[in-house]
Amino acid sequence: MNELEHTSYEQAEGESRPISNARLAVLVLLGAEIMFFAGLIGTFLVFRLGSVTWPPPSQADVRLPIGVTGLNTIVLLLSGYTMFQGLRAIRQGRQKELRNWLFATGLLGITFLVVQGSEWIRLVHHGFTLSSGVYGSVFYVLIGCHALHVLVAVLWLLVVFAGAIAGRFSMNRYVSVEVCAIYWAFVVVLWPLLYILVYLI
Amino acid sequence: MNDHTHESHDHHHEESFIRKYIFSLDHKMIGKQFLIFGLIMFMVGGGLALLFRWQLAWPDRPLPIIGFSKTYQETGEVATDADRKWEERFDDDKETWLETNMPGGVIDPAFYNSLFTMHATIMVFFVVVPLLVGAFGNFLIPLMIGTRDMAFPVLNMLSFWSNMLGGLIMMAGFFVPGGHAAAGWTGYAPLSSVAEYSGVDWGQNLWCISLIVMGISSLMGSINYITTIINMRAPGMTYFRLPLVIWSLFIVAILLLLAFPVVASALALILFDRMAGTSFFIAAGGGEPLLWQHLFWFFAHPEVYILILPGMGMASEMLPVFARKPVFGYKSMVFAMIAIAFLSWIVWGHHMFQSGMNPALGASFMTTTMLIAVPSAIKTFNWLGTLHRASIRFTVPMLNTLAFVSMFVIGGLSGIYMANSPVDIFIHDTYYIVAHIHYVVFGGSVFAIFGGIFYWFPKMFGRHMNATLGKIHFWITFLAFNGVFFPMHIIGVGGHMRRIANPMQYEYLQPLQPINVFITICAFILGVAQILLLINVFWSIFRGKVAEQNPWQANTLEWHAPTPVPHGNFGAIPQVYHGPYEYSVPGAETDWTPQTQPNGESLHGEPIPVGASAD
Ligand code: HEM
Ligand SMILES: [Cu+2]
Repeated sequence: MNELEHTSYEQAEGESRPISNARLAVLVLLGAEIMFFAGLIGTFLVFRLGSVTWPPPSQADVRLPIGVTGLNTIVLLLSGYTMFQGLRAIRQGRQKELRNWLFATGLLGITFLVVQGSEWIRLVHHGFTLSSGVYGSVFYVLIGCHALHVLVAVLWLLVVFAGAIAGRFSMNRYVSVEVCAIYWAFVVVLWPLLYILVYLI
Repeated sequence: MNDHTHESHDHHHEESFIRKYIFSLDHKMIGKQFLIFGLIMFMVGGGLALLFRWQLAWPDRPLPIIGFSKTYQETGEVATDADRKWEERFDDDKETWLETNMPGGVIDPAFYNSLFTMHATIMVFFVVVPLLVGAFGNFLIPLMIGTRDMAFPVLNMLSFWSNMLGGLIMMAGFFVPGGHAAAGWTGYAPLSSVAEYSGVDWGQNLWCISLIVMGISSLMGSINYITTIINMRAPGMTYFRLPLVIWSLFIVAILLLLAFPVVASALALILFDRMAGTSFFIAAGGGEPLLWQHLFWFFAHPEVYILILPGMGMASEMLPVFARKPVFGYKSMVFAMIAIAFLSWIVWGHHMFQSGMNPALGASFMTTTMLIAVPSAIKTFNWLGTLHRASIRFTVPMLNTLAFVSMFVIGGLSGIYMANSPVDIFIHDTYYIVAHIHYVVFGGSVFAIFGGIFYWFPKMFGRHMNATLGKIHFWITFLAFNGVFFPMHIIGVGGHMRRIANPMQYEYLQPLQPINVFITICAFILGVAQILLLINVFWSIFRGKVAEQNPWQANTLEWHAPTPVPHGNFGAIPQVYHGPYEYSVPGAETDWTPQTQPNGESLHGEPIPVGASAD
């Protein structure tokens, strides 16, 4: 975190910058993340478009939990909203509000993970696993990779939250919050796309 | 933190050995670490090549020195130490590494597969990328754009050490049961995704894991490079005053950033196939082997341009300095590189003409591929334009750069043949491809690296490399290189497949065998010549002639920094007034005009006639 907050020599000399190093770096990182998921989504599409029926005949009896996951989607979207509110709060210097919004965001994120996890456990009990043909493979790998990203985002959020409690952010010192919020936005925005692709069509 | 920033260049502070040489945060030291790493891996990769070249020239003949002697083979009598050692080895009942891989000094066919796989993997991922992007990228970017360090020094250090970790994992693969990965550097599925098919177990797993680790390393590097170049240029250093090598590294960082994650996802899928019972790439389980080829080449074609673009950039630095002329067509050079980078995303199918493809799709890949020749040709003609009517200084870096330009032309031309899918049906998977690869990657990138090492060595280590030794090394390398790779075009057209352990098994290849012997002899000369380079580098670090600040009389900012370059690089951050290639400006009293020199002033402060110094 320190590394992001003040890079050595930053702003010491040189021209003024339209965008700070840390913000730029996360945006660049998202470029790589998008390509990573593009690889996985491409894989999914190859199988999805290459098969006449979906799920494939061998997996025809599998029913993905569309309803629960739909609700879960709303949970995650909400967390995007609370994160944004938190960022707005600190931009105006309201530290206490930041803490509350971050807390809500973390709670929503963890809820999302717990629901996903329990649905997975149910599916596995029904005999639908990673090795249940390509259907199972793409499902678990694609959704699992997203879950892993949410997990990382939650851990990152915890670090920022700790900083907020320690009162390290203020009206003109909130890069760490913003950077985390950008990443959070990425995992939130990615999810509806995956939900539609994997669960609905 | 801010205090620390000032402290580091206001008064000198001693750093511990570990902070300074091992977990260093200084971009220059990290660059040197990549340099040493890359050179060592270069020797490893080259050594592997010599092993399989021996096998190709003299199939199933024991290796010299460590193998059975001729007497032993003919009569069964122990004649040398090696014979005795082998007898002892075969006697005890546990099988050693040597016995599995080269029993009696003869390279086992399975080991042969690992050899060529690892040769290419090491050369691409652990030599050329670490040297071009890791070593030169780290060393040059902050110096040439006029800043004190990378945007994220800690990330930079982590990038080197994860690179190192990836290297160690890759090396460990040689010593696991089942041997190292043997599915080629392209790791085609299902050979790579089912252990039973190739007999390789953990070797292939480690190959995947190591490449993922390398991906993370280059991700960290790219984030750093992109941020640094966008945000930390010195005052006056506009985009179109950036030296071309910085442009090339910038573009390469973007390519790496976007390409590597794709192959990382594919590598993860292979690991799932191998270890978790999925069947992404296994047709028997409903998977799609061709999918791997698409994902791999979607990454790997940009990757081959990652291997050449920084070389092009470095050549564009050295040519004007030693031709004492501005680089011809600076902006067209930049746009050509951008065009190459863009096109490199839509040509990957040219590696798959023989894999089964809709002919219409094949035709479009053929067209886009041939389009790449256009920006490549623009660059080549610009280099030639730079040389035209110049008073060339034939220094060692210049010799290597000229080799770069001419060898790249040969490699680019053979590329156009292969890009024609009807022609490629005939030469795909033959030594013609191997010739092409090596003309672009060795003839191109590696000569640029040699030139670059020699050129920037005075700034890196404060000492010169030895020019005589450099020339000897260059000429032997240049001649032996052509001796090795030119004949490969011929045997390739003659139908010699790549990746076979014993050409003598095919009757129609037997007449070509003398060429194989010739190639191998040249290869050994080429290999031995590299020892001269190593000697020159390591000797000169300690004993070379002490270098002045700007020994080549060049314009770019790194020569403005004192030698040896202190922590923080510059006294005061330089102000940049014009482009990097203003050589032999009419009316100027010297034939170079440093980027830091105010317009309208000569080196000694007298005014220059108006209109003489172009921006
Ligand atoms: C004018 C530019 C180029 C064209 C038109 C071109 C075209 C091609 C084609 C069509 C192939 C596939 C041949 C086959 O497998 O049948 C190929 C292979 C290859 N090219 Fe190029 N190429 C060009 C430049 C480069 C450059 C600059 C590099 C690297 C620095 C490069 C590296 C490679 C490598 C490594 C392979 C072999 C991959 C493998 O199968 O192992 N090429 N090229
Ligand atoms: Cu290609």
